[in-house]
Amino acid sequence: MLGFAQAADLEASLERKTTSQYLHAHERKSLLRFLTCGSVDDGKSTLIGRLLYDTQRLMEDQLAALAVDSRRHGTTGDDLDFALLVDGLASEREQGITIDVAYRFFATEQRKFIVADTPGHEQYTRNMATGASNADLAVILVDARQGILTQTRRHSYIVSLLGIRHVVLAINKIDLVGYSQAVFDEIEAAYRSFAEPLGFVSLQAIPLSARYGDNILSRSANLPWYQGPTLIEHLETVEVDSDRRAAPFRMPVQWVNRPNLDFRGFAGTIVAGVVRPGDRVAVARSGVTTLVKRIVTQDGDLSEAGAGEAVTLTLEDEIDASRGDVLAAAAERPEVSDQFAAHVLWMHDDPLIPGRPYVIKLATSVVGASVTDIKHRLDINNFAKLATKTLEKNEVGFINLMTQAPLAFDPYSQVHETGAFIIIDRMTNHTVGAGMIDFSLRRASNIHWQALDVDMNARAIAKGQRPVVLWFTGLSGAGKSTIANLVEKRLHANGKHTYLLDGDNVRHGLNRDLGFTDADRVENIRRVAEAAKLMVDAGLIALASFISPFQAERRMARDLFADGQFIEIFVDTPLEVAEGRDPKGLYQRARNGLIQNFTGIGSPYERPEAPHITITPDLSAEEAAELIVSYLDRGSYLGNVTG
Amino acid sequence: MTVEPQASTTLPTVQRRPAPSSPSLTHLQRLEAESIHIMREVAAELRNPVMLYSVGKDSAVMLHLAMKAFHPSPLPFPLLHIDTTWKFREMIRFRDETVARLGLNLLVRRNEAGLAEGITPFTHDSSIYTQIMKTEALKSALSSFGFDAAFGGARRDEEKSRAKERVFSLRSDSHGWDPKNQRPELWNLYNGRLKPGESVRVFPLSNWTETDIWQYIMRERIPLVSLYFAAKRPVVERDGQWIMVDDDRLPLRPGEVPEMRSVRFRTLGCYPLTAATESTAATVPEVLQEMLASRTSERSGRLIDHDEAASMEKKKREGYF
Repeated sequence: MLGFAQAADLEASLERKTTSQYLHAHERKSLLRFLTCGSVDDGKSTLIGRLLYDTQRLMEDQLAALAVDSRRHGTTGDDLDFALLVDGLASEREQGITIDVAYRFFATEQRKFIVADTPGHEQYTRNMATGASNADLAVILVDARQGILTQTRRHSYIVSLLGIRHVVLAINKIDLVGYSQAVFDEIEAAYRSFAEPLGFVSLQAIPLSARYGDNILSRSANLPWYQGPTLIEHLETVEVDSDRRAAPFRMPVQWVNRPNLDFRGFAGTIVAGVVRPGDRVAVARSGVTTLVKRIVTQDGDLSEAGAGEAVTLTLEDEIDASRGDVLAAAAERPEVSDQFAAHVLWMHDDPLIPGRPYVIKLATSVVGASVTDIKHRLDINNFAKLATKTLEKNEVGFINLMTQAPLAFDPYSQVHETGAFIIIDRMTNHTVGAGMIDFSLRRASNIHWQALDVDMNARAIAKGQRPVVLWFTGLSGAGKSTIANLVEKRLHANGKHTYLLDGDNVRHGLNRDLGFTDADRVENIRRVAEAAKLMVDAGLIALASFISPFQAERRMARDLFADGQFIEIFVDTPLEVAEGRDPKGLYQRARNGLIQNFTGIGSPYERPEAPHITITPDLSAEEAAELIVSYLDRGSYLGNVTG
Repeated sequence: MTVEPQASTTLPTVQRRPAPSSPSLTHLQRLEAESIHIMREVAAELRNPVMLYSVGKDSAVMLHLAMKAFHPSPLPFPLLHIDTTWKFREMIRFRDETVARLGLNLLVRRNEAGLAEGITPFTHDSSIYTQIMKTEALKSALSSFGFDAAFGGARRDEEKSRAKERVFSLRSDSHGWDPKNQRPELWNLYNGRLKPGESVRVFPLSNWTETDIWQYIMRERIPLVSLYFAAKRPVVERDGQWIMVDDDRLPLRPGEVPEMRSVRFRTLGCYPLTAATESTAATVPEVLQEMLASRTSERSGRLIDHDEAASMEKKKREGYF
């Protein structure tokens, strides 16, 4: 124990009182999270560096390092290059660009600030959305010499899409246009007319120079005609609380807290509303209601907790709830659905393709999902709606989404935390998209399958076989159809009921509207898989012979079937051999550039990781057919089905 | 020797939570809730998490938040301390006291091969020493226990490359960090899905600043190692910085004579690599007051960060926390 306290004489205690008052005031500060965005050379990093410098968040050693960096990599001559402060990665300093979101912190007497500095390059739009997702306000920079650019519009749209309602239009480099009021007025007017449909609640235009500090912290003598607040004054006072505590209570359950048999608590962060012991709450998905018993924290039970607080609730009744459930005000519950209309920002090099299986995370729920339709893509420069079959990286689309299980949700515009989701690729686990739910397409409770008395089992018994789909995958010319034909003949000869689906009979009818783009290939496989599923339901042994080059689609097909109903057969013929056969002359045409996206030439073939049967190149077609039939026999697909 | 911060005796009563129906939370309340949310996500989604415990002030805050996050349950994961054997003796004492006081499960790992080879801060360049005794020991511990998530107390305000790191930061099966291939992280939706061998480093204090940490320590009365508070300690001046003579293993250079000075530490690590600052701040409010007037950043006392440009980014790519 250090005995400094007893050294306190009158003077020291007076000094300490002042300090403690200061500290107390500091502790009561509110927090404003904002992001800066704008075009490449508008000076975002310089502005943040200036904010840190003017609010004295820069320390001597950091300034010394900055001086060295400015001489080595800087673009401002002998002046400090504030941009170098926020370009944290080596490759950024070398290239003089910002490639990733950086978070910066500073505080004034009134508020603490967290700033997301987001890149202006078009290809990094996803990072801007990342920064915007947690921001209360956006500072949109415009170079006074350039006015409003495509990227200004793009960034404003993303800001609005992510639900930010407060915007500062920072008209920077005003020194380079002679501190001209006319330039400022013209840009502000143009922006206000452009931003009118974006629904911003507050929009403050400020003329400033980040490099020289005009109108950042203190009012600039160079801009006597400007009567509004400086940037810091505005950030310190702007009211952004949309009073989330006034909304109906919502708490997604994160973790069930069960230290012993006597305690069962539901841990989570309240995302909307207020809760008190005795309140009636519902488990949104099941509809079961009960009363809140206690609000438990380590600092003691609370009589009330509201939006933004992380708590643990215990309930009066032993009801079934777990991670992924939402506890909600019983009188005003979230919707429950498995089909949604949503806006999506795509963030990955591989495009979004309808029908492809993804995983989504919404609040604390993680479920399988697929996009059933892209209604349109948005041109975020003029808000035009464009038809499209896929969404490329950095594109925004309005989609229909179907999930494998019903989810409790609110429209994003009402509660961000129960309306926002991320899309995850099932194979790579990358976060590939960000979505915001607009509305439910139908109530999940209305969905039910027609219960039929004559079911698959009944049909299978009548046919004396176990229905199954044999899925042949491999390169064009690998021998899939030849082998599938032989297998079907042998099964037929044994009195089995079969049907062969292949490109020739499907492409001319069911799928004749589809081409060979990646999106069409996915849809082709989806329809074939669904057709095969109907045949299996009809009690048939279905043989599907398709190149089906992508793992994701084969997985999607496989997921439609119960265990044991789907047998993946990989006809593993090397490209040279298949190309040497070239029964239809397709490889030759692809090599000559006459066919685009030909598997093995212009489009990849992804080898199956764990096929049930692999036909190696050393087997003849007859041997391959024999192998498959004996596999079916061993698996008792060909015997009588019991019960 | 645990120092109980004396904030309570000199400060007005701190209001612990907003008055009913108060519209907004203070910045400390928001930071606390965010950190707790992150910890619960990890406990719910990851198979085998662990919390890195470095004994410093950030670890103290992180541990305090974890106790809150899972109360009344015990922590659903163990703590891991990488012991280079060059930590201040006071840190080890405090560590063991804390573990006993809170009933925690602590794992301690050292790089025994490195010790056997005689690698010390004096025989090797500090970046090599850190790589072998800290980074390698950490990687080996994470791999041998099969931890798929490791909490660290790093903050984005500490250093430039940290400012760009995610809260859930993916590591390859060889523990490497690829700063250009980070997963986008939106809202409070963290993607903890991993392929076999991959792991995540999780930084629940990402959005805290050094000031926030101290204010929270004061508000919550979190016990700290006494080294953070000024006291007369034996130090030598070396390359313009005060190095504490924590034990007789510190080889004195010609002319160096340990002297007693009132010093404290803003950051703690291996004692030969951690510079002290002259100070008389012996309580949390005094430390805060001193910090608010300070003109140097806390990492200036960390000798390992000065070695080369982009040194932290490089170390992190290699698996350093």
